[in-house]
Amino acid sequence: MPRRTMIEAIRDAMDVSMGLDERVIVYGEDVGFFGGVFRCTQGLQAKYGKSRCFDAPISEAGIVGSAIGMAAYGLRPCVEVQFADYVYPAYDQIVSEAARLRYRSNGDFTCPIVVRMPTGGGIFGGQTHSQSPEALFTHVSGLKVVVPSNPADAKGLLIAAIEDPDPVIFLEPKRLYNGPFDGHHDRPVTPWSKHELGEVVDGHYTVPLGKAVVRRSGEALTVLAYGTMVYVAEAAVAETGIDAEIIDLRTLLPLDLETIVASVRKTGRCVVVHEATLTSGFGAELAALVQENCFYHLEAPVKRVAGWDTPYPHAQEWDYFPGPARVGRALVETMEGES
Amino acid sequence: MTEAGKLRFHVPEPEVRPGGTPDFSNVTIPKAGSVARPEIDVDPRTIRDMAFSIIRVLNRNGEAVGPWAGLLTSDELLEGLRHMMTLRAFDARMQMAQRQGKTSFYMQHLGEEAVSCAFRKALAPGDMNFPTYRQAGLLIADDYPMVSMMNQIYSNEADPLKGRQLPVMYSSKEHGFFSISGNLATQYIQAVGWAMASAISNDSRIAAAWIGDGSTAESDFHAALVFASTYKAPVVLNVVNNQWAISTFQGIARGGSGTFAARGLGFGIPSLRVDGNDYLAVHAVAKWAVERARANLGPTLVEYVTYRVGAHSTSDDPSAYRPKAESDAWPLGDPVVRLKNHLIKLGVWSEERHSQAEAEILDTVIAAQKEAEGHGTLHAGGKPSARDMFEGVYAEMPQHLRRQRQQAGV
Repeated sequence: MPRRTMIEAIRDAMDVSMGLDERVIVYGEDVGFFGGVFRCTQGLQAKYGKSRCFDAPISEAGIVGSAIGMAAYGLRPCVEVQFADYVYPAYDQIVSEAARLRYRSNGDFTCPIVVRMPTGGGIFGGQTHSQSPEALFTHVSGLKVVVPSNPADAKGLLIAAIEDPDPVIFLEPKRLYNGPFDGHHDRPVTPWSKHELGEVVDGHYTVPLGKAVVRRSGEALTVLAYGTMVYVAEAAVAETGIDAEIIDLRTLLPLDLETIVASVRKTGRCVVVHEATLTSGFGAELAALVQENCFYHLEAPVKRVAGWDTPYPHAQEWDYFPGPARVGRALVETMEGES
Repeated sequence: MTEAGKLRFHVPEPEVRPGGTPDFSNVTIPKAGSVARPEIDVDPRTIRDMAFSIIRVLNRNGEAVGPWAGLLTSDELLEGLRHMMTLRAFDARMQMAQRQGKTSFYMQHLGEEAVSCAFRKALAPGDMNFPTYRQAGLLIADDYPMVSMMNQIYSNEADPLKGRQLPVMYSSKEHGFFSISGNLATQYIQAVGWAMASAISNDSRIAAAWIGDGSTAESDFHAALVFASTYKAPVVLNVVNNQWAISTFQGIARGGSGTFAARGLGFGIPSLRVDGNDYLAVHAVAKWAVERARANLGPTLVEYVTYRVGAHSTSDDPSAYRPKAESDAWPLGDPVVRLKNHLIKLGVWSEERHSQAEAEILDTVIAAQKEAEGHGTLHAGGKPSARDMFEGVYAEMPQHLRRQRQQAGV
């Protein structure tokens, strides 16, 4: 089976979707001729023509707003916002329009769009190339929010997102574009070609939205993670020797509560990890749901490991990023039952 | 620093406030028939002056004059008059229904009836409007059932939107009327996207975007103009300048641009201004812009110069910020009266027939109202089910919403 990077897998997903359905249109800043600043759309314009893949003006509201109009017409736009940090000008269009179109028109108009955006830190991206704004979308009724952690999932989830009848926010951890990253920034990076999840099946397949996957089975505690933090959690588990169960959520909204609850009821302990800032982050929702659904099975408080409640700094990258040491400490403390 | 060197902050003010005498002497009104009618494939650079004039067809004597006249038969004009009168009667009844507590909210079109009613007749089936909350004439002129509009306003059991939307936020794909949003200007760029999609699909349908003078200040207005210009999208970009954005006079949004049409010039978009109270002029200019779009010549921006005679909404009292008699002084008059006088001049209408038509239309509106009220009003009679509240958030209801619906006991 061919091994691909996450970039290649994402490109392949769009290629497959565009090949199967001429309603699929791909555009965004630098997405056309140049193939995207991360190469995710390389070759698509040459293959499908400028009507199917094209460059857009630097206007996030314009990109998402026009995509909503296209979807109302009957196309299936898969648009790109260059960095998740720059989605805010499009926030009104996403929250007030895309998310509510089906509801407010009673299905008269629908909005099958995908908004792709590179997310996350660990790349010395500073304040505006590192953010993880997923909680700003999981709070919005009518959206679906997806964060893949590997090439195989990225392709299957993106095809599923493009085929989904509702708007999907597709957050791509750019730190994972070329290889898995466990937070050990001082070690050489391994490419996806060395990782089994870099194996990406040719042609069409989907990974269903709303389904989590257990990345590591364990009995001692449950780690809820997504994106880059899945690998950080794996490193922390290896280094602490704690027999943790690691769940890669993959879709944050709608959430696979069943898988989470089954795991925590089994282990009795839960640690939630994400790169995004702590306060009102998605971890708060996860902790609340675990508490609500697993209260009588819990042997320790649910702990959250997250980015600090500060803007994402530059020089202090590794003091900010919740690496394996911080996650490992949380695992140990949760096993000791301390809060 | 010297006194003369100190900067001073500028805030535009309308000419007159409550208690003052209405004064529109600063509004230059060109004579009817005085603005040329260029070919649709005109080089936009050669008609920049049109963004600063006003295209008018009906003169003071009720005659249709000049190069933009002569596009409609008298039967079509009589139909147009009926649409405007229907919208006005509909407004009056719904305004009253709100005062009677039968609904929470309403917004009238008083004085602006020609804009949406005449524009609708320039479109073909399949074209899509992206309206604001003040273009219900698009529905009336397309014979959308009034009773469905009222059901929506009453949020009753027959409401096509299941009680989810504030009154007047209609939606009808079938009638080329995109779902209205409370968030201003958002639909302007969506219209451009719809038009881009039509071009991408090698279709022949075009889109019409709608915005008010105040909302042109929103960033989505700018995004729409950039995208429309860049991709030469088949869209008509309509700006309804009714002089007021709630309490804010148009100068606050317009700034130093002179006119709203002039905003289009910087984007290379042909931009026209038209007498918004002149049914014939609105239709003729709309047709010109629609034909341009249909011929793949790209977008056109049209500013309709009109006046918001009524309050902004049922929650607004204009006497707090503008003279009470200001609408009487508005130099472009009343669209219904002007078309009526023209039809009388043509010899196909009379004051008697007009009064008779008014009575007939009122009867029709009242009959529709009775039917709608039979399905319930906001606080009485049939209403949408609470279950409907949970439907339609997604194509398929996810687990967490199923649980919440269960908790709600519906």
